Amino acid sequence: MEEVIKAENLTKAYGTLLAADHVSLRVKRGTAFGLLGANGAGKSTVIECILGTKQPDGGTVSVLSLNPGKDRCLFQQVGVQFQECGYQPEIKVSELCEETACLYKAPGDWRMLCEKFGLGDKTGAPVKSLSGGQRQRLFIVLALLPRPHVVFLDELTTGLDAKARRDVWKILKELKDSGLTIFLTSHFMDEVEALCDEICILHKGRAVFYGTVAQAKEKSGCENFEDAYLKLSGEEIE
Amino acid sequence: MKAFCTLLKNELKLNIRNMNMVIFAVILPLAVLVILGLLYGTSPAAGGVDYTFLEQSIGALCSISICAGGLMGLPLVTAEYRERKVLKRFRVTPISPGMLLAVEFLIYVLYALVSLSLLLLVSWLGWGVHLHGSWGGFALSWLLTVLSTLSIGMMAGGIARNTKSASIIACVLYFPMLIFSGATLPLEVMPETMQRMIRIFPITQGIQLMKSAFLDLTAEPPALPIVMMLGVTLACSGIAVKCFRWE
Repeated sequence: MEEVIKAENLTKAYGTLLAADHVSLRVKRGTAFGLLGANGAGKSTVIECILGTKQPDGGTVSVLSLNPGKDRCLFQQVGVQFQECGYQPEIKVSELCEETACLYKAPGDWRMLCEKFGLGDKTGAPVKSLSGGQRQRLFIVLALLPRPHVVFLDELTTGLDAKARRDVWKILKELKDSGLTIFLTSHFMDEVEALCDEICILHKGRAVFYGTVAQAKEKSGCENFEDAYLKLSGEEIE
Repeated sequence: MKAFCTLLKNELKLNIRNMNMVIFAVILPLAVLVILGLLYGTSPAAGGVDYTFLEQSIGALCSISICAGGLMGLPLVTAEYRERKVLKRFRVTPISPGMLLAVEFLIYVLYALVSLSLLLLVSWLGWGVHLHGSWGGFALSWLLTVLSTLSIGMMAGGIARNTKSASIIACVLYFPMLIFSGATLPLEVMPETMQRMIRIFPITQGIQLMKSAFLDLTAEPPALPIVMMLGVTLACSGIAVKCFRWE
């Protein structure tokens, strides 16, 4: 199967702090990849190095065989939801969607996507008036708007209620089945277990585990995936 | 092209919703015009000339809006978008920095154009101000002033690290240019040395160009200011695009 995301020996330091330490990963087309780790483990740094919004100190990256730092046309096929979402102070939901959709050659229908993510009645509202969960869903909509081949979701469902989380999983699973490649970070292990084909656990910038959820359970000897994650990431409660 | 138009439409809406530029670039110059009109009416600018004080001031009044948009609005909005991570979001879309800057640039050109039209209309209706020189010459001088001033602001906004440094840069550019360029005080009343110093501002040259085109003062347009303003425009917009920072 074709490898859509390839990162080799990504290294990035902020001063003396190594945020990413020789991280290598490969994601195949139509699969979901989960990047896990505690706060500050380097997840966002790795995503940003892959997307080219941060310049790695060492290592190579390719997405869909292109270099994200140089080939801006790559972003016709890539959707991104950052952990911190930036929007113009006075902008409305409809305007933000319109403004994002117009940048792509063949965007999806933003009204339909908003509807699907439970924002159908919010399109006239200012983005700043949305609740945290609504805003999070809006930025997932924006990431899916280009009808991307690959989507990057940094802390996908932070701030969402239980029902909304399940809805988002369902939509993502459908999209994955139709060939979308998903790269996500998350702090919710049930979510990772439900969505991800492969995972990588980071600890202080280093990959301490790489494989499937089943392999993680096996390696740690834990039945429960969250226990397995805590053990493997060295965050185990004493 | 469709992307450009949609962005322009949206950004213009946001900008008007914000109201700052409506006040500083449209209402303020108009208010100054009305005050000058009430003070001087249709009295001639000096003994023995056939144009009024208001006619002499039209170029300077136009530059108030050009300064506000180019040296305050443009750098601040760019820096704000950088700080609020709006540019970071655009960074992972196919849009080019050139297009983003062009959209913001055009917004302030439009403000300056609206202000120009209102000034001409109100001054004509109120105090019979009319053009003595050529419309073509005046329009070109105006355009050159707009392009050179806005490109300075675009460069400042394109490279400023955050909103704070952008607003410092904006103040350093805006206030001296507004106060000393002849936009508010006539250049002629300032001491000789000071006049020579502030002639390096493109806006000063622009106001002089607009003034002579409006009043038909010189037969031949002076080459040096035109070349200088074109040079500033090219250099600053080049730097703005080349050194553009998304974050």
